Amino acid sequence: MNFPENLRYTKTHEWIAVQGTKVKVGVTEYAQKEISDVVFVELPKAGQAVQQAKMAAVVESVKAAFDIYAPVSGTITDANKALEANPGLINHSPYADGWIFELELSNPSELNSLMTAAQYHEAVQQAPKH
Amino acid sequence: MPYLSLTEEEKKAMLGEIGVRSFDELIKDIPVSLRDPKISLPSSLSEPEVQDLISKLGRKNTSTKDALSFLGAGSYEHFIPAAALEIVGRQEFLTAYTPYQPEASQGTLQAIYEYQSLMTELTGLDVSNASHYDGATSLAEAALVALKHTDRPKLLVARSVHPHYRETMRTYLAGTPYKVEEFGFNEDGNFNREEFVAKLDATVAGVIFQTPNFLGLVEDLEGVSEKIHANGSLMILTSDPLSLGLFKSPGEWGADIAAGEGQPLGLSMMFGGPYLGYFVTTQALMRRIPGRLAGLTQDADGKRAFCLTLQAREQHIRRERAGSNICSNQALCALAACAYMTLLGKKGIHEIAEINWDRANYLRNKIAGLKNFEVDTMQPIFNEFRVKSKKSFAKIEEKLMAQDIFPGVALETFYPELKDQFLVCATETKSKEDLDRFVEALAQC
Repeated sequence: MNFPENLRYTKTHEWIAVQGTKVKVGVTEYAQKEISDVVFVELPKAGQAVQQAKMAAVVESVKAAFDIYAPVSGTITDANKALEANPGLINHSPYADGWIFELELSNPSELNSLMTAAQYHEAVQQAPKH
Repeated sequence: MPYLSLTEEEKKAMLGEIGVRSFDELIKDIPVSLRDPKISLPSSLSEPEVQDLISKLGRKNTSTKDALSFLGAGSYEHFIPAAALEIVGRQEFLTAYTPYQPEASQGTLQAIYEYQSLMTELTGLDVSNASHYDGATSLAEAALVALKHTDRPKLLVARSVHPHYRETMRTYLAGTPYKVEEFGFNEDGNFNREEFVAKLDATVAGVIFQTPNFLGLVEDLEGVSEKIHANGSLMILTSDPLSLGLFKSPGEWGADIAAGEGQPLGLSMMFGGPYLGYFVTTQALMRRIPGRLAGLTQDADGKRAFCLTLQAREQHIRRERAGSNICSNQALCALAACAYMTLLGKKGIHEIAEINWDRANYLRNKIAGLKNFEVDTMQPIFNEFRVKSKKSFAKIEEKLMAQDIFPGVALETFYPELKDQFLVCATETKSKEDLDRFVEALAQC
């Protein structure tokens, strides 16, 4: 499974791309497989304040709804509107077109709590198999 | 249902598991005086004696079949075709109750789907749920949707919305940070436009109107949805669904949610329930709909099939983050409404609505001609209207009840300032002779 080296990860299966004081957030390839076909995404609004490890978005498949947590605290600056018309982008392109939201960091030290690709890979290996 | 026995051994095992020695120890926190109180009950009766007793009690009621009833105020007497009752009584529907294993309950799901389709047509909106318990809870659920969707803390509600609905809404919101603010109605019974506009501020999540309102008047809602939407709020309308056969639909008024009481659609008055809450909204709010939704789909072989859909909204999946705690619906009552609407058809519903309008207007004009009574005349009515009496309504009621006429519902019960005013309802069940008899009796008061 593909976990790009340049990204950071959470144990709740979000990926984070750091670009200066802004970070882009999506879900990992592992997560999109577990969620299965995404049919709806509830996006956060720009200007909304979010807290690390607290819910920021909801991804819905046919049978379940999954909370997507903010990997770090900050203020939402953008959300991927393309997901409203085409939620399947999360399945087809989890690391690029399927990004979910972007936020402005309020506490850069929180980045230290995130996992590297290798650490995340190991965590996923240990996850119970269905 | 099998009777589940509880042997001494089983009791012992269960008590042991909890960690107490005896049943008395289990309930030791309950004061001894409360444990086995003496309850004074009459001695037992045989089956025929019970039947006699119940029939005797039953005869104490005067049904609307035995009297001339002009009672409405949220529960209406209508003619229900025998064919509708026959459909509802079929055991495939009557005993199936609820689709616990939905995909195996195709007939029930199809009936719900058809009910939903009919409701969207009647209200002029996009998506209907499978129904709620009654109009009051349905409207309260609509209020919750507005609060959550807009993330604002306040509801603005017309005081001419059914008093019981407003009370239920307050109960729903008790203990939450949400607030309900009301705007009043004018002397003529219509909502106070100035007060509505003045109270429509940035904290308002949704505005709730009833039309025809509780006083029976069809509200003029021209320009109202534009004002509400410009403010970023939702518009919620509650209407007698049968009135929509004649008057503008919630969709045409620009409402975001239509929620209310479905009893007029083929359910008898039944002492106040079970009734049917309808809830219909726009596609934009589809994922916030409370409760159950039936959908049309295809099975693995590509054949038409019905399913429960958009379930990720619901409590059994979203848990505490679900928008509503409602997981069930009033399936049999929705089926009754479905059968009623289908039997009447588009033309029939329009005709029934017209007859209601005609009877109520005939009666209103007649009462307007009596010297001790006044009626509202500023706005159109559907099948109900307000009468202002110059004499004590309690006395009038007493006098007419003695002649087996129920003259109407006292408004003072709900609005203390509306002393000696009452609500009169005349549906298609009343003939011209019935109406004339009522007017004559009132003339003697």
